[in-house]
Amino acid sequence: MWAYLVRRLLYALPILMGVNLLTFALFFVVNTPDDMARMQLGVKRVTPEAIERWKVERGYDKPLFFNESAEGGGQLTDTVFFDKSLRMFVFDFGAADDGRDIAREIQQRMGPSLAIALPTFVLGLFVTVSFALMLVFFRATPLDFWGVVMCVAMMSISSLFYIIGGQWLISKVWHLVPISGYGGGLDAPRFLALPVVLGVIGGIGSSTRWYRTIFLEEISRDYVRTARAKGVSELTVLFRHVLKNAMIPILTGVVVVIPLLFMGSLIIESFFGIPGLGSYTIDAIQAQDFAVVRAMVFIGSVLYIVGLILTDLSYTLVDPRVRFE
Amino acid sequence: MIEHGFETVVLWTDACFFLLLGAFAVGALHAWRRPHLRRSWARVGERPAGMAAMVVLLVFLLIGILDSLHFRAALPPTAGQTETVYATEVTSVLDVVMHRQRTDVERTYSAPLATHAFVKETVELPDGGQRRDFPRLVHGGAHLEDAAQDHGADIASRLMRGAAVGVGLSLLAAAVLSVFNGGAGRLIRGQTQLAWRSAWLTWSIVAVVAGMLLSLAQGYHVFGTDKVGQDVFYLTLKSVRTALMIGTLTTLVTLPLAIALGILAGYFGGWVDDVIQYLYTVLNSIPGVLLIAAAVLMMQVFIANHPEWFATAAERSDARLLALCFILGMTSWTGLCRLLRGETLKLRELEYVQAARAFGVPTVRILLRHVLPNLMHIVIIALVMDFSGLVLAEAVLSYVGIGVDPNMASFGTLINAARMELARDPMVWWSLAAAFVFMFVLVLAANLLADVVRDAFDPRAG
Repeated sequence: MWAYLVRRLLYALPILMGVNLLTFALFFVVNTPDDMARMQLGVKRVTPEAIERWKVERGYDKPLFFNESAEGGGQLTDTVFFDKSLRMFVFDFGAADDGRDIAREIQQRMGPSLAIALPTFVLGLFVTVSFALMLVFFRATPLDFWGVVMCVAMMSISSLFYIIGGQWLISKVWHLVPISGYGGGLDAPRFLALPVVLGVIGGIGSSTRWYRTIFLEEISRDYVRTARAKGVSELTVLFRHVLKNAMIPILTGVVVVIPLLFMGSLIIESFFGIPGLGSYTIDAIQAQDFAVVRAMVFIGSVLYIVGLILTDLSYTLVDPRVRFE
Repeated sequence: MIEHGFETVVLWTDACFFLLLGAFAVGALHAWRRPHLRRSWARVGERPAGMAAMVVLLVFLLIGILDSLHFRAALPPTAGQTETVYATEVTSVLDVVMHRQRTDVERTYSAPLATHAFVKETVELPDGGQRRDFPRLVHGGAHLEDAAQDHGADIASRLMRGAAVGVGLSLLAAAVLSVFNGGAGRLIRGQTQLAWRSAWLTWSIVAVVAGMLLSLAQGYHVFGTDKVGQDVFYLTLKSVRTALMIGTLTTLVTLPLAIALGILAGYFGGWVDDVIQYLYTVLNSIPGVLLIAAAVLMMQVFIANHPEWFATAAERSDARLLALCFILGMTSWTGLCRLLRGETLKLRELEYVQAARAFGVPTVRILLRHVLPNLMHIVIIALVMDFSGLVLAEAVLSYVGIGVDPNMASFGTLINAARMELARDPMVWWSLAAAFVFMFVLVLAANLLADVVRDAFDPRAG
């Protein structure tokens, strides 16, 4: 297994390198640092000195790939590409526009992000899988039909509506929980309840339908018919046979998301004022803080690749036929 | 407004949109000629949900087309002028149809169908004194002499008139459909081959609702006005075009990339496959929103640094919309590409492809004649299914600040502008409600159609 893991990690390297090159091209080649400076300082009234200062502050004043004025190894390391791109592999992201260290900021904000994303994920998985199993249990009845209709309707509602509507109804009309904000310790559940519930509701439509399709595909297999013929009750068939065998497609979609939970949810965090990575990203996008966006892109892809590896590992847990070669 | 002639303007998105419509028309003609494709589309039409969804989508499409026919009106000639001068403002046919809603701007917020403003202002009294009160709106309900007394009756009579027009349209449609389907009885009992009854019922609802809205809109702001006093009904209808553009133009980028790369990777295998797989794994591993954000940020820098490329504000926001579609396309072709690659891998081993290869048919011909047509069902299903997701994504992206130009009417900008106003007391809810309801209807119709299309085209289903 360790050999397999090492090999997978080695495979991940060229992909991360690709991500790195792509972001570098996006941020430094499509537009030169001069362009970015002009944009940030206001296009009309900007002096060459101001541009130069802006570039020096951020370390964008060096050559992109090759520094002729430096000596020895410095020719390759004293460049924008090395400083801004390659350093990310050791999680050194430099400083944001407000001067704070991005890596530290990310560490601090992971907690609040997880506090929202993890309960949303677990609760959402439980609710949608149970709901889908219920629809499958009552398949080809009016309950199933109207359940699917409800799912399609819920899928068609914008996620913004759930959040805005929920905030308005629960917090403003019923005064059940604060409208936004975040607190640690015992105070946290009060702030977290609404975003978690809204996050779960927002995902019900599409996830339930997806799980229902998977279960329906599984339930028409021969082994299910055999089980029924032996007199196994429908509930046992559902939980013991269908659910277990549907685990592979479910895991494929689910496990890959788990590492990304660290990134938090962009919209929910920003609506509820939760100081997590999602709101950090949104603030950075709105303030056009390129360094932060670049760092988040890199971290996102690292987490995604971790997710892919976890997915493969998880297969061995649910299906003894899967082995590492 | 166009009494002095006009000059047509074709924005880039208009050109792409009509190009796409043309391609759809060609595709439809092609499908009509092939019995097996015709049968698949007929299966879509046999389902009531499919017909209903298509009627709704066609109405939205009509709004989008009207709003995509752009021109610049000529200014009234002045003395001694030899050449016609055109307005710098680009207007669309929809703007002409809704001229009243476009120009009748209030000072600030007003509730739907209101005659008085939403916030108190200092009003001059006839005797010279002053009072804090809700002033009368400049346009909304301005035809009423006694607003308090006539308001309800006027709305009721307008509703009746609008509904009557709607019922008339519905009866007309029923008559036309009856002629083509062998009598009204068969239509009403639902005994037609295609689900015409469902189409007719949907059309009737749309006609009655549209009739009432339009008849009310002649005297009031049906959905109220926004912060700067613009008519929300007008803005909502303008948003439809943006949503359609995002949902459809994106495919102009996705399809060629996904089809070409998917087929190449699947058919040739080897290093071609490796390179293409590497490409989409890299793109896939960046979380979608972040990649879009990064690309849009860079596009903003680019547009800000090249103001000389865009003569008018309309051109700039249009370029931004097109670029957004391009970016969305570049980030979303990977899923379809992977599907097509897998399917091509399967097709490549089938006997008829093997036979064609053994006979020495050129590779290009094999790909075009034997592989591509057998992938089309996947492409069509993916096309329809992506549409609703893209429309929903636009709203979220605009909220994050990486969507369409803030000056362009879209569901996202409407929601974004209105969401802070929920904190007001009393609340300003109408912009949000209008945007959400229209978006819901559009996306629901698209989702229903996607379901029906998938059932009809997927060979594995039933």
